[in-house]
Amino acid sequence: MYTERVIEHFRNPHNMGKLEDYSAIGKVGNMVCGDVMWLYIKVEQDDEGRDIITDISWETFGCTAAIATSSMVSDLAKGKALDEAIALTNRDVADELGGLPPVKMHCSALAADALNEAIYSYLLQEQKEIPEALRKRHDRIAREVAELESRYAAFAGKAQE
Amino acid sequence: MSPYFSTSYGNASSLHAFGREARRAVEESRGAVAELLGVRAEEIVFTSGATEANNLAIVGLASSANERKHIITTAIEHDAVLHTAEWLQSQGLEVTVLGVDARGRVDPEDVRKEIRPDTLLVSIMTGNNEIGTLQPIEEIARICREHGVLVHSDAVQALGKIPLPVDAVDLLSISAHKFHGPKGVGFLFVRNGVKLTPQLRGGGHERGRRSGTENVPGIVGLAAAAELALREQDVTSARMRVMRERMIAEVKRLPGTRLNGHPEESLPHIANFSFEAIEGESLVMRLDEHGIATSTGSACSSPNLKPSHVLVAIGVPLSMAHGSLRISTGRETTEQEIDTFLRVLPQVVEELRLISPFKVGG
Repeated sequence: MYTERVIEHFRNPHNMGKLEDYSAIGKVGNMVCGDVMWLYIKVEQDDEGRDIITDISWETFGCTAAIATSSMVSDLAKGKALDEAIALTNRDVADELGGLPPVKMHCSALAADALNEAIYSYLLQEQKEIPEALRKRHDRIAREVAELESRYAAFAGKAQE
Repeated sequence: MSPYFSTSYGNASSLHAFGREARRAVEESRGAVAELLGVRAEEIVFTSGATEANNLAIVGLASSANERKHIITTAIEHDAVLHTAEWLQSQGLEVTVLGVDARGRVDPEDVRKEIRPDTLLVSIMTGNNEIGTLQPIEEIARICREHGVLVHSDAVQALGKIPLPVDAVDLLSISAHKFHGPKGVGFLFVRNGVKLTPQLRGGGHERGRRSGTENVPGIVGLAAAAELALREQDVTSARMRVMRERMIAEVKRLPGTRLNGHPEESLPHIANFSFEAIEGESLVMRLDEHGIATSTGSACSSPNLKPSHVLVAIGVPLSMAHGSLRISTGRETTEQEIDTFLRVLPQVVEELRLISPFKVGG
């Protein structure tokens, strides 16, 4: 069900663990549905004053696909300028892995969301301008978290009785 | 069973010599199975497996003309029972789904409380396929008998592992591939006097209870496998029990783990654990790389992205349900394989915890 690339990244994930001197963190996912991803980015300015993701790492609670997409999104974003990294989509992540099973596509969305949230959080804390597309995605992610939590509230409560 | 695919290819319903040979094979198998169970040959109805046997037992009974319209089952049954009960509910029957305790046991007193004058059937599995917990079937059956309620038990996990509760129940489902027999064949034990409406209508095979040309090689294979499994049951299950106890003792030493199921009242071959801060599908995949085949009740591994209904029913917190691992031993599992598993497990748990945002005990 998984491609060779997925298995390869799952077996030897890149950039895993916590970044000690990170600039910002993107936290996405929910324990209720079983995938949680924390993405750390270190942002530094290059000679032209552009914001560059000079280092990146992640911590993920999730399945094979969640771990592989975490690894892949970190590879794709590392060394990129923020405006380039913003343009990365979940489709890019899935394509680079040679595709994901349909039921696992949400894992690639989670990875792209984590990157989005890390960049959003960085721009917010640096009081820099937040591009409209980034803000919209942030609002969508926040809304989805709220929906998920309410949808599973009864279920989660039942399991924790 | 091989000759029945080729040289002895007769249809058991045919009059000619080839057909008679096949008929003899089917009936000898039926006789052998009945003798192994200590029941009558006519009480064995061969089916395509336990799913069909469960459907035949529950729907077959419910659709027999009867004023009793209430069925009791449990929250930890296999989907073949649960979904069948749900469907009957949609057809107007009343279904009570009993909860279980934190170790997966049904309280017989709960059964007593739920029995009504119109209760037709109580369907409770013998031993759970995910967590191994055994049910107090004899006690439940005694209560049911007092009230004239029939008892069905899905016993697919039991044959070859523990004695079947065949004296206690009225209907019992078995699947051959659970004891090294062929896939796609099983049977339903139907106590004499229990009337079922057939779910497959046609040529009136199996005394009108299950039409369809008999799966001759499958039935012969089932009988042979059952004989082997029962002959070695005591030795096999004692060995499995030792392995299970060893796994429980060793896993308990790792931080942030729990046993899902019952420490003692359990099938000998199933152990289910949860590991804090890691997700079960990753754990299964990592173990697979070391040649260890296991399974999980994690949402991520299921097509509907919901965690196992059994783990939810015993109150495992969702985070721990996602981190569940089921280990099943077989007749051929060796102590060396358990050694390997117990050596590899702490490594992969450690690796996955290193990349998890959650910390054990945190």
